[in-house]
Amino acid sequence: MQHKVIDTKDVVIRFAGDSGDGMQLTGSLFADMSAVYGNELSTFPDFPAEIRAPHGTLSGVSGFQVHIASEHITTPGDYCDLLVAMNPAALKTNARWLKRTAMVLIDGDAFDEEGLRKAGFREDPVKELGIEDRTIVVAPITSLTEESLKDSGMDIRAIHKCKNMFTLGMACFIYSRPVEYVYSYLEKKFGKKKPEMVAPNKKVLNDGYNYAANIQAIPNTYTIEPAHMPKGLYRNMTGNQATAWGFLAASEKSGRPLFCGSYPITPATSILEELAIHKSLGAKTLQAEDEIAGICTAIGAAYAGDLAVTTTSGPGLSLKSEALGLAVMTELPIVVVDVQRAGPSTGIPTKTEQSDLNQVLYGRNGECPLAVIAAHSPAHCFDTAFYASKLALEHMMPVIMLSEGFLGNGSEPWKIPSMKDYPEIRPPFATEEDKPFKPFRRDPQTLVRKWGLPGVKGFEHRVGGLEKNHDGVLSSEPVNHEIMVRERAEKVARLADVIPELEVIGPKSGGLLVVGWGGTYGHLQTAVSQVRASGKEVSYAHFDYINPLPKNTGEVFSGFRKILVCELNSGHFAGWLRGLYPQFTYLQYNKVQGQPFLVQELVSAIESHIC
Amino acid sequence: MEKYTFKDFKSDQEVRWCPGCGDHAVLAALQRAMPRVSEILGYDKERYVVVSGIGCSSRLPYYMDTYGFHSIHGRATAISTGIKVANPELTVWQACGDGDALAIGGNHFIHAIRRNIDINIILFNNRIYGLTKGQYSPTSKFGAITKTSPYGTVEHPFNPGSLVLGAKGTFFARGLDTELKLNEEIMVAAAVHNGTSVMEMLTNCVIFNNGAHAEISDRAYREDRTIVLRHGQKMIFGKNRDKGLILDGLRLKVVTIGEKGITEDDILTHDAHSDNVGIHLMLADMKYPEYPVALGVIRDVNDITYDAAVRMQVEQVTAKSKIHCMDDLLHSGAVWEVK
Repeated sequence: MQHKVIDTKDVVIRFAGDSGDGMQLTGSLFADMSAVYGNELSTFPDFPAEIRAPHGTLSGVSGFQVHIASEHITTPGDYCDLLVAMNPAALKTNARWLKRTAMVLIDGDAFDEEGLRKAGFREDPVKELGIEDRTIVVAPITSLTEESLKDSGMDIRAIHKCKNMFTLGMACFIYSRPVEYVYSYLEKKFGKKKPEMVAPNKKVLNDGYNYAANIQAIPNTYTIEPAHMPKGLYRNMTGNQATAWGFLAASEKSGRPLFCGSYPITPATSILEELAIHKSLGAKTLQAEDEIAGICTAIGAAYAGDLAVTTTSGPGLSLKSEALGLAVMTELPIVVVDVQRAGPSTGIPTKTEQSDLNQVLYGRNGECPLAVIAAHSPAHCFDTAFYASKLALEHMMPVIMLSEGFLGNGSEPWKIPSMKDYPEIRPPFATEEDKPFKPFRRDPQTLVRKWGLPGVKGFEHRVGGLEKNHDGVLSSEPVNHEIMVRERAEKVARLADVIPELEVIGPKSGGLLVVGWGGTYGHLQTAVSQVRASGKEVSYAHFDYINPLPKNTGEVFSGFRKILVCELNSGHFAGWLRGLYPQFTYLQYNKVQGQPFLVQELVSAIESHIC
Repeated sequence: MEKYTFKDFKSDQEVRWCPGCGDHAVLAALQRAMPRVSEILGYDKERYVVVSGIGCSSRLPYYMDTYGFHSIHGRATAISTGIKVANPELTVWQACGDGDALAIGGNHFIHAIRRNIDINIILFNNRIYGLTKGQYSPTSKFGAITKTSPYGTVEHPFNPGSLVLGAKGTFFARGLDTELKLNEEIMVAAAVHNGTSVMEMLTNCVIFNNGAHAEISDRAYREDRTIVLRHGQKMIFGKNRDKGLILDGLRLKVVTIGEKGITEDDILTHDAHSDNVGIHLMLADMKYPEYPVALGVIRDVNDITYDAAVRMQVEQVTAKSKIHCMDDLLHSGAVWEVK
């Protein structure tokens, strides 16, 4: 066979196997390696809720998709160029993601009678799936790994755990990546605790690479040149890590110690885990006994003067609703992160969605609006967490930051910023002029109250969930209640004076404006630019600020004949816009499958609305 | 260091509890205890924070001229925890009821105790929901007739003392609303104690559960039906100071000094600082009529507090770490340069 080296702009690789096969690790290693090599990249882990579902079954398949490119990309890609399937179940659940031209690399050892039966195949799986036209490379990965480590003295279970390194070695050959980068990772991972594991993993990795180079079964290999990214230092960030770091940054810029009270919940947990590491930056993390304690400890910490945050996902946010009302009522600065997942109830915990928007906008008793902002990419979680903290601290209010499973677990390269480029955060501390201290007197412009910190003499005061007047004295007087309700709402509305205006990508007026918010940014932006590249006119506006909306929202909308709101729910944001700007008509494109948009489906939807 | 009197801790708010409510006396004891605590521990007034949940007793922060937080039902313990972790210099006091802390807030209550965070919890136990007008609570006696149990409850009550000690509590004391001096003494001991201090205050609800603790609290027989425990003192009680507690096998037993050859030497001596929780549990569990009900500080032992451990860990990690500011963090680990 004639082997060709093809230079390509981008490839999408999907690693799939049993949830114990180490596919998440393999995928993220490949991504990190490509980042260091200089590629643009975007990743999408797609894993089941079960930690170790029954071996070889469809429900136990764990996947990790990585998109690497020599040009700017913002999505992990719709369909893949290479699918690595470690067993028949992985092939079955992922075959629908294959491009027409895709290559499939399968572990032939796993395609035995039992494996086929568990995956529900009756005949030849390739035929049954109708993928005969793809390039299928069958490699006996399990037995080659066994062969590779037969003299290592390791037991068979430990040897099988190295299979993923064989696969990674093969992928390295196919995409012309040097395996050396993986070495340093292996040394870091095993160096301290299991140094005896470094050498076997390296050996299997190399054997995989050499095997792929020798077998002649791989028709082409590919090179993906480094991308022309702006000069500077980069690192690869997941959304949850970026969220954690954004809070640490806000703590530094405000001089307020960081407190995080959280209860573990998928897919938000890694924010708490990340913050727990960074005690040297003063972060205090409290793993609470439940979601309610998570937010209540944060409210307590905010009362005492910390930058206080709590992190959760939809079901946890439901439990925090009452306490959110308390934070609104006491006007204390906390940030609540909701990394959304498919609901309702437990739903599909590991799958992404945008279906908590109605909950965050409306889900509390009484008149209880609060500020809501959303992150639009993994790295953007840093800025979102930073500015959510800034708004909370400077305006003395709870702020909800919306993220999504897709952002929290996904990653992208991030040009490392310098902290000197971020603004100072200046909370409105009570000063001598505020004595005698009346806790709910407001700044006439912003309606913000002052923050009197316990421990400081002369500002002793009480806060609580009961209605009170501006002096902080309890009051059930009818007119006072209405004044306070209006002021709390108006205070949130006036954030519009300090948040950025809505930007339009493309012409400022025309036939169609595509509207999105949150983590759909990458897909929508890619889809819109594809449609524009085909010569059709369409513009795009992406909302990071949900409540309040940017001041110029109505002005932007008035420039277009049609507005198409695309979101991963049944139409929450469209409903929100209808309530606030009823003079416009909103078309909708919605998807509620626990999966991100595909660029292709968005392109079709957008084109269908262009006359 | 200023010298305070009880007046310094009284706010200008009108106290709105029912006349005759046991909460008045507990508030008075607290306002008297705080100047003493300041004297002993050197606390300025601005270091006091009083936190509460929801219920009659949770109105208490409004009546104290300190920092205060009247939160939501059951959550006071979590709010207190956040306050103390954020600023361990504060001395955090919490007022909560039996429904508030043991029903809707039961989870926070046991976990605060497990963590041993240095807060002082005053648990007002009147065995009834007062503010919602008379439903049974987790401490209502089996068979109690209330608005939601017109034929008597079919639930067993919690004994707060055994709950606290079962959760490895380091401090548990019990007071009685009318015992102002004893309550003040308990509160001072709780303040001195490092860790979660739970003070159960047996209070009367004149409206919905009048005589909540009458079988032991009535002046006519209080001394015969209660025993005040003090560390290092003999467990003697009774109007005539002639009754005492001894260990009979693995159980406590009430004996009369001078009868059946029992002398004062045979009577147990209270050791509140003993590691062994067994005897403390037996004391906390004592019920009338078999036993006198134990008042005073039943358990007071030392252990690392959560807030101190958090602070220590931050200091230790900081001393070892190379990352001391955000720019350090941003440039740490796997970083690459695009030239």
